[in-house]
Amino acid sequence: MAQMTRRELFPGVWLRAIHTEKFKSAYLSITLMAPLERATAAENALVPYVLRRGTAVHPDMERLSAALDELYGGAVEPVVRKKGETQCVGFVASFLDDAYTLGGEPILESAAALLGELLLNPYTQDGVFCPDYTAGEKANLLDRIRGQVNDKRTYATLQLTRRMCREEAFGVDKLGEEASVEAITPASLWQRYQNLLSSAAIEVYYCGSAAPERVEAALRSALASLPVSENRLTPECQVRLHAEEQPRVEEEAMDVTQGKLALGFRTGGVTCWEEDYPALVMCNAIFGGTTLSKLFLNVREKRSLCYYASSMLEKMKGLMLVSSGIEFDKYETARDEILAQLEAVRRGEIEDWELEGARRTLIGGHRSTLDDQGRQEEFWLGQAAAGLDTTIEELCAQFETITREQVAAVAQKLELDTIYFLKGKEA
Amino acid sequence: MEKLEFTRVGEQMYHEKLENGLNVFVFPKPDYQKGYAFFATNYGGMDMRFCLDGEWHDTPAGVAHFLEHKMFDTKEGNALQELAANGASPNAFTSNAITGYFFESTEKFEDNLKILLSFVSIPYFTPESVDKEQGIIGQEIRMYEDDPEWESYINLMEALYKNHPVRENVAGSVESISHITTDTLYACHKAFYDPANMVLCVAGNVEPERVCELAREILPKTPGPIALKDYGEEEKPRVFQRQVEKEMAVSTPIFQLGYKGDPAKNGEERLRQRLVAELALEALLGNSSPLYAKLYREGLINQNFSYGYDSYPGCSFLCAGGESKDPEAVRMAVAEEGARIGREGIDGKLWERLKKGVYGNKVRSLNSFENLCVGQAQAFFAGTDFLRFADLFSALTKQEAEELIARWVTEERTALSIIRPKGGAD
Repeated sequence: MAQMTRRELFPGVWLRAIHTEKFKSAYLSITLMAPLERATAAENALVPYVLRRGTAVHPDMERLSAALDELYGGAVEPVVRKKGETQCVGFVASFLDDAYTLGGEPILESAAALLGELLLNPYTQDGVFCPDYTAGEKANLLDRIRGQVNDKRTYATLQLTRRMCREEAFGVDKLGEEASVEAITPASLWQRYQNLLSSAAIEVYYCGSAAPERVEAALRSALASLPVSENRLTPECQVRLHAEEQPRVEEEAMDVTQGKLALGFRTGGVTCWEEDYPALVMCNAIFGGTTLSKLFLNVREKRSLCYYASSMLEKMKGLMLVSSGIEFDKYETARDEILAQLEAVRRGEIEDWELEGARRTLIGGHRSTLDDQGRQEEFWLGQAAAGLDTTIEELCAQFETITREQVAAVAQKLELDTIYFLKGKEA
Repeated sequence: MEKLEFTRVGEQMYHEKLENGLNVFVFPKPDYQKGYAFFATNYGGMDMRFCLDGEWHDTPAGVAHFLEHKMFDTKEGNALQELAANGASPNAFTSNAITGYFFESTEKFEDNLKILLSFVSIPYFTPESVDKEQGIIGQEIRMYEDDPEWESYINLMEALYKNHPVRENVAGSVESISHITTDTLYACHKAFYDPANMVLCVAGNVEPERVCELAREILPKTPGPIALKDYGEEEKPRVFQRQVEKEMAVSTPIFQLGYKGDPAKNGEERLRQRLVAELALEALLGNSSPLYAKLYREGLINQNFSYGYDSYPGCSFLCAGGESKDPEAVRMAVAEEGARIGREGIDGKLWERLKKGVYGNKVRSLNSFENLCVGQAQAFFAGTDFLRFADLFSALTKQEAEELIARWVTEERTALSIIRPKGGAD
């Protein structure tokens, strides 16, 4: 069975290693955790992409790819994630596990070294990032920011949170803003990078067949040139307890054939640090988190008001976000029906099969996280950002005991804050 | 049960063909929390014309997908909810060639497997539920219409192929699905959902024999007739249309490039063609190819660039696409690189490296039960075993990949589909 260790490699630099032989791959990630701020978001988001272009040893993508091919097609992806009001930037990587190489040769040490090289030994010109790579990745980042509009489903949720949290750090997009990207220079980016390296809290993650001591040694050596710093702090997350007096209604018109309706709720201060958090997770599952949920069964299946309707939680920020795809003229009917379903949860009108179904789905979903290296990494990064050590098994045990009354009680704390409606141009 | 060992990739597969013709495959995974079951029929969006009991049927586009939605309805209610109530995550998909139903669960695996086998094998349709589904699928089709990547892909299929039904949208159109009745659904279920036309693949902490026992218990005891499919006349190598364009609300042009290949015969030939084609693509425009680096450097492609090979009965093709400010330049650059490889061949060192890389990726992808089970179902319908790749791999030659590029990456076999920003921005 899997065995987990957590060790501090250097001050503020933590390694979580999961020892298991059930996977064909070894999963590695290195994440710098910075406060999400309007001024730095774009530069932070750009850093891993520029780093991924080349190192002093492997100065271009062709040579990096060649090195990865030699490591049996290892994959190293730059990633930018948002966990509460923490901007997480770095790399996730997956390599063939040592057990499956054709000649029995170990990969872990070379893989860790390559990751360390990507993070700490970039290709430079005149002492800063190379202008070519910076310009190229700036253009890509701009494309990504502008491209957010292409997937209307995620775009609607993004617009909802932007507008709902316009006065909070959470309203800042993880990729930053177009104007900030345009202003970036190789020198300014270099400055930001140095700053991140010396001040960000760092999470390192490994899951694979190597013993923890070997993993620790490989990563210590790979990260040996990291600046020594005593003040790597995990960023905080501000929580607004209540919604505004009157829900704000925000509309946007675009050339689309299907409308999107998104609703944002404040959870009355219930976050992952609170005792009633497991009840909130159950509440979300019953309301809109699964295919057994009230939104799915009533709004979508029974009344055919939309193609999809679901809800999700932002556990650190204390938000519940509802997302649905509707016909333009169903706006009011769909909105009223979504709110009516929430009222039912608040009144405790939850059938046994709804309660138990949500519980089984949640527990099943959490347990199966243990079978997926990427999902497990994502879970533990979320825990690290929140400063929590609760394991998946412990969470499952908490879900086992949640009652209907606890779900109704936590549902009563939900307050509608903002409604976002993406409608057609002609409408 | 027959036990197959794939020692090089650390896998075991149990196989049995039941009396009713169903092929059962089991991958035991004692260390895992979850179990995964995939129950699939050799019937997909492109199987629109078929013959059963001597009678030819022409069905509207979208029936296979419609059927997939409606199969979850049971006389007692809905299997989706029944499975979800047991904590399982069920779902289904319809591709051009197959329809598959699956679930993953960490508890009550046997109960869930029974539910899966039961709802997929027992049809229950009413005019009211068909009517309602037309509304739901109509919405789904419209959602796809707003998805530029999907649109660019489906437009590419229409450009590559003149007649082959792979050019049809799997979900059909709002118009085509309006012709679907309970009779259509019952007829297609009878034609294609016979155990003899299906496979069951299971991965997880399960007893292989037990899976067979449950399948024997729930499913019909004897095989029925299998429908004969017709995909129309054989396609010529030349593409139907060179280039197709559409305007949508996107920020950058989105494109799909397609190369029409030669169809491969069922059996090891299909698997071999897949492996050679995947390696050829890597050499031509893959992440560590010289062309990729050049296109990326010139800003003609970005991280969204992806590529693949696909094959169905009667058609095989390569495609590559993503976002580009100048898709025509990408088309031209690939054509030039294809011609260069035709003249000079693939660099020997590059080839060895690519093989190592592709092999490692394939082995890594075996972590996914879905990949293992869906892969085996597809491979079985194509006449082979998914894990055979591990044995075939080392014998693949550079010449095979070069020949494939020389034959397929030519002007007459290339089609380009572009989604441009509305209003001519950029």
